[in-house]
Amino acid sequence: MSFNRIYALGLRHLYLIMNSFPRVLDLIYWPTVQIFLWGFISKFFTINSNYYSDTVGVILTAAILYDFLFRASISFNMMFLEEIWSRNFTNLFIAPIKVSEIITSLTITAILRTLIGLVPAVLIAIPLFGVSVLSLGLPLLFLLVALYLFGVSLGLLVTSGLLRFGPSFENIAWASLFFLAPLGCIYYPIEILPSSLQIVAKGLPLVHIFEEMRNILVVGEVVYQNIFKSIIISIIYFLIGILIFYTSYFGAKKRGTLMNMGE
Amino acid sequence: MFIEVQKLSKIYKEYFAVNKINFKIEKNKTLGLLGPNGCGKTTTIGMLLGLITPTEGEIIIDGKNLSQFKRNEILSRVNFASPYVELPKKLTVKQNLEIYGRMYGVENLEKRIREISQDLDIQNFFNRKTGELSSGQKNRVSLAKSLINKPEILLLDEPTASLDPDIGDFIRGYIQEYKSKNQITILLASHNMNEVERLCDSVIMMRSGKIVDEGTCEELIKKHGRSNLEETFLKIVRSKDEF
Repeated sequence: MSFNRIYALGLRHLYLIMNSFPRVLDLIYWPTVQIFLWGFISKFFTINSNYYSDTVGVILTAAILYDFLFRASISFNMMFLEEIWSRNFTNLFIAPIKVSEIITSLTITAILRTLIGLVPAVLIAIPLFGVSVLSLGLPLLFLLVALYLFGVSLGLLVTSGLLRFGPSFENIAWASLFFLAPLGCIYYPIEILPSSLQIVAKGLPLVHIFEEMRNILVVGEVVYQNIFKSIIISIIYFLIGILIFYTSYFGAKKRGTLMNMGE
Repeated sequence: MFIEVQKLSKIYKEYFAVNKINFKIEKNKTLGLLGPNGCGKTTTIGMLLGLITPTEGEIIIDGKNLSQFKRNEILSRVNFASPYVELPKKLTVKQNLEIYGRMYGVENLEKRIREISQDLDIQNFFNRKTGELSSGQKNRVSLAKSLINKPEILLLDEPTASLDPDIGDFIRGYIQEYKSKNQITILLASHNMNEVERLCDSVIMMRSGKIVDEGTCEELIKKHGRSNLEETFLKIVRSKDEF
């Protein structure tokens, strides 16, 4: 792998952000709106619900973590879509950058986009609602790693779809996370789901991440076994994502869709 | 031979986009790829760029089969320009050249960007976003990107399409001049017959995925009893025969 090539592709997306103040605002705007919305809902539940009276910030913390996942995935997709929209796709794929370097660069750059959007929202939540995700302590770092890997895995699956089906797959890019959200048990315990769906949900890292988050905030205990289970499941999805991406890439070369993608 | 294409085909389901074509390009020569829309020119270029996997046949570059090259090894020696492929619109000209220079591992990148910008007269809009440029300016920037790595092989797909005669002439003149000063082998797909006559050492004519004739421009004009390449082109593409 060449650091210079990975850096070059990352720089392309960094310049894109730096050249446009509205783009930075757009990155910050949506997570902030989410925090405000869930902050007020959370405050309402805290006042009016016995269940939440001792667990201030559970919903808001869940909203912040879910948004982290959402931003990570969308950031990955967006960077790929940018190449299609700008009709730069062919230039990228005839440059001597390896597919593994493209994946590495997008994975690293996606975290930057995610943090630009989320850090201001997280900081706003502290004085406004008295909630800080940092109260999760060290486990937060591991939970974020699991979320990030899963977010990028979803990004890889969506970009594989873009390679396979072309720009028409774009709508799926936006819908992908909403599809999984009900099974992720982000705002409610897994027991709420019907038993058949619980089996499916346990195959996702989200259930383990958000169950553990609630465990830390409500019970005050950390079960590292659950956290590492979520990381391992995320790594498995990440590897599957890479495999599917390569399959789609070679399929696209066979179908000739890499040439003139975006027209 | 520097580039040798043997029995190259691309079949989409049952449709032959390219049908067992053979051609050769000597080092530092320019081959024109002519033919009506949909005859397989872009597919051929795509296969040479490694963007499209051939159904059958071989592409040999500098004595080595394309499939035996490592992807980055061959692509660092090749480049491509087409008005149908653009650079990121929201980035400035300088940023785009910097990014592609880094991707191609260009040494002394600042110097190379300065050189090529002066040659193609793009310094005046160096800090403007690429999407804000006129077609002529975009084409020059695209050509600058395609030469940033001093490629040994340059593939050009209609490099002067939709340009006014003045800018078109500038681009053609620049390619001619660049070729005279540098070691470069060019494959040029074009519908502009004057351009082909001016730039190409030889041409191949394609129709429905097949090569139907080849030779120098003079040879083809003489062979078909016409007065210029445009008339020759029309005769060949409207005929049902192979020559």
